[in-house]
Amino acid sequence: MKLTKIILTTLLLMVWVLSVPANASLEIDITRGHLDPTPLAIPNFSGSTDPERLIGEQIASVIRDDLERSGLFKILDPASYIEHQRNIDLKPKFAEWRVINSDALLAGRVVIENENRIRVDVRLWDVFAETHLFGQQMGTTPENWRRIAHKIADAIYQKLTGESGYFDTRVVFIAESGPKINRVKRLAIMDQDGANPTFLTPGSYTVLTPRFSPTAQQITYLSYSTMVPSVFLFNIETGRQEVLGDFPGMTFAPRFSPDGKKVIMSLVQDGNSDIWVMDLRTRRRVRLTSASAIDTSPSFSPDGSKIVFNSDRGGSPQLYIMNADGSNIHRISFNRGRYSAPVWSPRGDLIAFTQQNKGRFHIGVMRPDGTAERILTTAYLDEGPTWSPNGRVLMFTRETRPGGGPRVYSIDLTGSNLRRVETPGDSSDPAWSPLIE
Amino acid sequence: MKTKLLCLAAAFAVSACASDPQTTQVSTPTAHPVQSPTSSRVTSVETHTTEPVYVARPGSIEEFSTNAGDRVYFAYDSYTLSAEARATLSKQAAWLNSYPRTRILVAGNCDERGTREYNLALGARRSNSVKQYLVNLGVDPSRVTTISYGKERPIDPRSVGAAWSINRNAHTAIVSGASS
Repeated sequence: MKLTKIILTTLLLMVWVLSVPANASLEIDITRGHLDPTPLAIPNFSGSTDPERLIGEQIASVIRDDLERSGLFKILDPASYIEHQRNIDLKPKFAEWRVINSDALLAGRVVIENENRIRVDVRLWDVFAETHLFGQQMGTTPENWRRIAHKIADAIYQKLTGESGYFDTRVVFIAESGPKINRVKRLAIMDQDGANPTFLTPGSYTVLTPRFSPTAQQITYLSYSTMVPSVFLFNIETGRQEVLGDFPGMTFAPRFSPDGKKVIMSLVQDGNSDIWVMDLRTRRRVRLTSASAIDTSPSFSPDGSKIVFNSDRGGSPQLYIMNADGSNIHRISFNRGRYSAPVWSPRGDLIAFTQQNKGRFHIGVMRPDGTAERILTTAYLDEGPTWSPNGRVLMFTRETRPGGGPRVYSIDLTGSNLRRVETPGDSSDPAWSPLIE
Repeated sequence: MKTKLLCLAAAFAVSACASDPQTTQVSTPTAHPVQSPTSSRVTSVETHTTEPVYVARPGSIEEFSTNAGDRVYFAYDSYTLSAEARATLSKQAAWLNSYPRTRILVAGNCDERGTREYNLALGARRSNSVKQYLVNLGVDPSRVTTISYGKERPIDPRSVGAAWSINRNAHTAIVSGASS
């Protein structure tokens, strides 16, 4: 093991001499399942006063948790660290970090500039190549320290995997409580790691299936607060709620277009559900399907040119794709079972779905042409996947066993790293936000 | 053991026993706030005279649900009306035609063995099947509103086949015009 590392390091140093950028040494391939996560050392961030050191401890702790949960990293126990750096601007003693087998070291410092502003400096070091991978300085208000931590975690993820991270994000979901025959369902929002959970609706009426706007601080969801259940818009900044359009019937299954300018949804007329799209500015609505079959759960491709949806036009619920104008409808799911709740990956390469087969529910993915289907999960009930903004992780609703309340879970696209997401009580219908600007 | 006996004694004395909320419910008709374990407050007993057995008043919601039946059931992933469902709906239509000032809300419901949005669409089909059947039997369509709850309103909370059968239904509620 040690020898391999030394050989690797030597090789990498040689490569470096051959004028390749210094950061080429530590690279993580996230397309594979990781049985062997990369070891990282993240000491508490330094500070020259107690309040600075306290924030430094908290920030380091949130970064450790973010990276550990990704399954790609193993954060080494801070108690094992030999070197206790005083000044992060000096090169660390790499040998002392190699002894504890850390591949990389993140060092940070907190400065409270005044009561409204903190400054955080970080440096990421490649311990074996003895190189500086990146340095960054960030400033914010003291109570916003968690976002600094998530942004640093995103920067490390990006530096080491080559892809953008997903830690500085939020999740909107349905918080559930009460007995099954009289369930209270409230719209709720939290940070991706479960921190700062907040209820957005009072619980006196049922809300379902919230979805984040890809471009604005806006949510669309189904609400039973009106006589006819309808698709609503919720502005997160103002708290304002409004019915979307005056459709002649129940609307449900809403989702934003990738440019955030339209909402696509189902409308029920005479018991039949068809797919419509509404322009948010003009409020003009266009009908896209008109079959005497269930057409629902529409989801745009990231380039906005196509729509995947759920239909039982072939006799059982299956996945179909059409052009954004409703033309060229064709089926893409052909394996055993019932398919529903499709969601197009933000990378465009895959569609996640719910599959029901032999009394079990699964989350799976397939290519938009229906090939390369992979089932990632199985449980009494798994449903409603949502993609992380980088298209590497899925969250979904799970009931592990009959009668057990639903909870939000996450799994990597590789099928590894299944985790329960921290929520205040029972929870369902998660929807991931884009990366916060 | 001793605590258990004490509890039992307390239950006989019709006092609220904190460790046994069932006892509290029996002693009073309304739900109680949870009391601290040290509380030994005696709860008074409310007595009500039971009404004599009576026949539901014609034109009332009770009469509708007793004589016509307010729920029809469906097979898995189906919105086809069974012979039994059609018989119930014929009685509903006859009742509705006798009381033409009443208005109804038909709610379509599904079992938990489907995904949320598909079930919302399926529930919409079920409520519409009922509406169409009633309209064909002479009920004015303007008196009938439909709604779908998908799998959100189970009436049997269990996760077994018998419960799923009951939860796949369309419920007819009289929303106005009934005699009280």
